Formats: sequence, structure tokens, C-alpha cells
Amino acid sequence: MKQLLIAAALLASFAAAAQQKSSAEGIAEYRKMLEDGNPAELFEAKGEALWKQKRGPKNATLEACDLGKGPGAVKGVFVELPRYFADTNKVQDLESRLVTCMETLQGLNAAQIANTAFGRGEQNNVTALATWIAAESRGLKFNLPQNHIEEKRSYEIGKRVFFFRAGTHDFSCASCHSEDGKRIRLQDLPNLTKNPGDGIGFAAWPAYRVSNGQMWSMQLRLNDCYRQMRFPYPGFGSEPTIAVSTYMGVNAKGAASIAPAIKR
Amino acid sequence: MADPMRIRAQAAGDKTTVRVLMAHEMETGQRKDAAGKVIPAWFIQEVSASHNGKPVLSAQWGPAVSKNPFLQFNVKGAKAGDKVSVSWTDNKGEKRTDEATVT
Repeated sequence: MKQLLIAAALLASFAAAAQQKSSAEGIAEYRKMLEDGNPAELFEAKGEALWKQKRGPKNATLEACDLGKGPGAVKGVFVELPRYFADTNKVQDLESRLVTCMETLQGLNAAQIANTAFGRGEQNNVTALATWIAAESRGLKFNLPQNHIEEKRSYEIGKRVFFFRAGTHDFSCASCHSEDGKRIRLQDLPNLTKNPGDGIGFAAWPAYRVSNGQMWSMQLRLNDCYRQMRFPYPGFGSEPTIAVSTYMGVNAKGAASIAPAIKR
Repeated sequence: MADPMRIRAQAAGDKTTVRVLMAHEMETGQRKDAAGKVIPAWFIQEVSASHNGKPVLSAQWGPAVSKNPFLQFNVKGAKAGDKVSVSWTDNKGEKRTDEATVT
């Protein structure tokens, strides 16, 4: 009788394991089906047009913007960001760098853009630009520079921020993202303390979220992680957010980017 | 002015697969904003497609279709170099037409 019970328990656990796998597979299948018509393409087209459009008080395009590989170079820049920029004397991610260019080249107000809520006004343009620039590096492997002292500093700050526990739930990024094989509801959670693989984690954003019909850049992705952890909202393009990106980006070295991706 | 559509038309044998992404809010009219006021319905009502000027598809859509909709259909007999155009009209009377060449 006892043996029978053990056998039954074993069978039940096998069945549960099989079911768990199939739900993850189900989501992968669902994403595959949606990939063909990823609305991120609409944002890509918008971003490309914005890059070449004369705008702002200075009536200039962004084509002279230096994203790390010289003025105007777009291909391959995404997989090497965040990085140090001598002109601003800061480590910057894609979005904060774009805002810098929008201020210096086009004469738009960077502080005002940073204070605009996601999905409104100029923030929509920043997201579209980031989507297009990320798409220009699709398939390339992440290789963030770590030569400058500021870049190394940013990585170390990022690591601390990643493991920093606080808030009403005593959470940190590491609570969900420092072990393999964890999930939240049906979504697999990537382990961001190492390279989680091609197109996973840092290599999947910006992404279009089908459930709310919004295009999300990494800044918004992080902002929402902090909301879920019940932290105060981090400032747009603030040093800790860029540092966490540096930490994830350096860890993801060698992972191929699939951005802009499509998410549930 | 509505944002452009993305249209891809690929020929394989005697049929061409057309994939269309439309940029539209597709507001159902059932949602409320932060102030509790109903967000008015705003969605694509009519969709039509033509192959070298000849109509090949017409559809009536409603508020159940998703935001930024994706549409895929096959056109029999369309060859590389042919023109496929897609148009939509929404319930506010706004229109958009885009054209693609079959590859």
C-alpha cells in the first residue's frame, strides 16, 4: 500500500512537471505566432522618421548624434550601451543619450523630457527612436565596454543597486532575478546575474507588450520593476537606472539581441 | 493624420501572402479614463484591399479587434511586381491607404 502511494505521488509530480513545461512552451508558441506581426515595427518606422526629421527650436535632425560609434553611426551601438561619453562626462544608456542629443542638437529641454510621464509627448518619441536604434543591432551580440573607470564604477554601483533590498516587501532585483528556473505566475524569470541566453532579459528590450498595447524601453521596464517591488519610482535616466542596465548588459556579454521583441 | 501601415506582400507559387500592420488605437468605448469619464469609441470599421486596382477583400471590423491590428490574407494569382493596396476607415471618418509591391 505504502509503495503504491509513493508511486502515485511520483506520478503526480511527473504530471505537474510536464504541465509546467507545456505552459512555458505555450507562451513561447504564442510569442512565435505574434512575432510575424510585431507592432514594434510601427514604432521602428516612426523612430527612423524622427531621426531624420528636422525638429525642435534649432530645427535640426538627430543625424549628427553620437551614440558611441561616432556622429550618425546607428548600427551596432545598441549592444555597446550603456557606455561612457566624454562630452557629458557620464555613463549613459540609449535613452538618456538620445535625450542629450535632443537637447544639444535640436534644442529641446532635456529636464522637461525626463519629467514627462512614459507614453506622453516627447517620451513617445524617445521610445520610438530607441526602438529603431535597437532594431538596427538585431542579432548582434552584447559587448559593453568596461575600459573607462566610470564604466567600471557604473557596473559596481549597478551590482549594489541590483542586490539592494528595501520597500514594504523587502525586495531587491535579486529576489526574482538571481536564480535559474524561477517564474512569476507563468512567466519564466531570467537570471540576470549572468548571461541568461540570447534574446532573454536585457537582450529582449525594447519590447511591445501585447497585453497593454504599449512599447516599452528599458527605462520603462526598470521603472515598472520598481513599481512591482513597491519602491519609489526612480528618476528617468538617473544614475542608478543606468548602473543597473550596465550591470545587466555587462553580464549579458555574448548574448544576441532580439530587440525589439514582443511580450505577452 | 494617421500613422502609415506596414505592408509586406510575398509571392510563393500562384499565391501571394499579404501581411499588414495598422497603427490604430482601437478604443472600444467601454473603458474609462483616470477621471472616470468614458473614453469614446474609436476603431477601424471598414478594411479593403485591392490587387492592381481590383478589389480583393473587404471587411467590416468592430471594437473587438486589438490595438495596432495585424491582418494576413492570401491573394491568388498575384505575381512579383504587382501592387497591393490596403485601406481602412474608422468610425470618426478618418482614412488611411498604403500600397506595397509584391516581392
